[in-house]
Amino acid sequence: MPGIQAQNISKRWGALAAVDDVSFDAGPGQVFGILGPDGAGKTTLFRILTTLLLPDSGQAAVDDLDVRRDFRKIRSRVGYMPGRFSLYQDLTVEENLNFYASVFGTTIAENYHLIKDIYQQIEPFRDRRAGALSGGMKQKLALSCALIHKPAVLFLDEPTTGVDAVSRRELWEMLLKLRDQGLCIAVSTPYMDEAAMCDRVALMMQGRFMALDTPASITRGFKHRLLAIRGDRMPALLRELRALPGVLACHAFGDSHHVTVADDLDVAALARTLAESGHKGVEIAPVAPGIEDCFMALARDGGEAK
Amino acid sequence: MKVITAHELTKRFGNFTAVDAISFQVEQGEIFGFLGANGAGKTTAMRILCGLSRPTSGVGTVAGFDVSRQPEKVKASIGYMSQKFALYDDLKVWENIRLYAGIYGVPARDIPGCTDEVLRRLDFTDGRNAMVGSLPLGWKQKLAFSVAMVHNPRIVFLDEPTGGVDPAARRQFWELIYQAAESGITIFVTTHYMDEAEYCDRVSILVDGRIQALDTPRALKQQYDAPTMNEVFFALARRAQRGES
Repeated sequence: MPGIQAQNISKRWGALAAVDDVSFDAGPGQVFGILGPDGAGKTTLFRILTTLLLPDSGQAAVDDLDVRRDFRKIRSRVGYMPGRFSLYQDLTVEENLNFYASVFGTTIAENYHLIKDIYQQIEPFRDRRAGALSGGMKQKLALSCALIHKPAVLFLDEPTTGVDAVSRRELWEMLLKLRDQGLCIAVSTPYMDEAAMCDRVALMMQGRFMALDTPASITRGFKHRLLAIRGDRMPALLRELRALPGVLACHAFGDSHHVTVADDLDVAALARTLAESGHKGVEIAPVAPGIEDCFMALARDGGEAK
Repeated sequence: MKVITAHELTKRFGNFTAVDAISFQVEQGEIFGFLGANGAGKTTAMRILCGLSRPTSGVGTVAGFDVSRQPEKVKASIGYMSQKFALYDDLKVWENIRLYAGIYGVPARDIPGCTDEVLRRLDFTDGRNAMVGSLPLGWKQKLAFSVAMVHNPRIVFLDEPTGGVDPAARRQFWELIYQAAESGITIFVTTHYMDEAEYCDRVSILVDGRIQALDTPRALKQQYDAPTMNEVFFALARRAQRGES
């Protein structure tokens, strides 16, 4: 099967289990998101799947090719955009693209249609050195270089880290177009809200997948009762809520606090308690959990066996 | 009391106006969010306020000192932390604290006491001999924040302090920010996480070098008829004419 199949992949660095028994499949025309903080193991997993590292155990196939046996072939079938900008800063935009095309035995002209939408945005700067590009333009060049040999599978390691919200949205629009053309895309990100753009996601922490499903199924699987509570003094409210019986967890969440409570908690009694301790303007409402709520709950509970 | 004042602060590089006549004031103990797209001029403005770059025109004061004429006094009154400018991985926790305390001008005889205080506040006394490189990122960031306050500055500048940490650690970090603000320290913070904009007392949004919006998150959401700060940010940042510099 084309795309990615990973079975029980593990990689240790000394005592640290960087990737710990991870399995997943991603097919053509799919965006598979790996959501997790720095140090979760996302980059190690990508380096294994792009044949830059050998796993200690487990099997993986990319575009029907084995990551151990067929590593040379895989390298011509995948596009890889590492987290750190890794093009040649002293070459121009066009020279970089030409270089990547020639390494893979192709030309810009042959595959121009694949990168046209993205490359057109930086083509006016084709004679500028890559090192002198803005962050957003570097990213577009890196993506063009990763696509120029017509890969079947694209690996993007934290393409949106340190990128502002508007540029993040633009990048995702480009990725979704590529997906619709049939590419299999694996993307890692520390931004939990980007789960919404993925067909399936894994929530990764400390080398393990705590959950693996569609974003909607993951949020439906949130096991607890969740309230959004706001008031006039948010920091004090946070501390007070944490100390109350029936409150299992409490986190700041934008303009309200998300409070995980016992199923039998009496909301009216909670409102009275808060009023009695001097909180004003308190509003309490049930709220649907998001991916970030799920991530925190799973990290707290030690994750599901998956 | 106004701890930061900016009056028509401007910075030009050649014929490019990176920061274009920005004016605002920040109160003591306030958490002031400084948002903007990449290239909007945030870093340039922050460098001016930290005494690292002289404005082309306009007046800025930080902790009562003029940023153009008294940059060294400004530097001594502030703390600074960013994800990029953090701690030394191959020094121990206490060595990092000692190093930064020295750089921030804490007298040598006060440094051991300062170190104990930082560790006690973080509840991290057992970790004093750990190599910083061995700590989880969330801990490193909390430690970096505490180190930026080791000399009891009046203001702390935080440049994208929470990048890359897990959701729970990101929130723990904001609780440290709240604590610092409640103790009277002024917080000036940039972030790409729009939910964090909601945690600020007031938020300014920089577009093409100008402040296009400045108010409480609640008032901004009302003004732009938007449910979240994310939508407010989009409504403004989308109008940007210039690209990233």
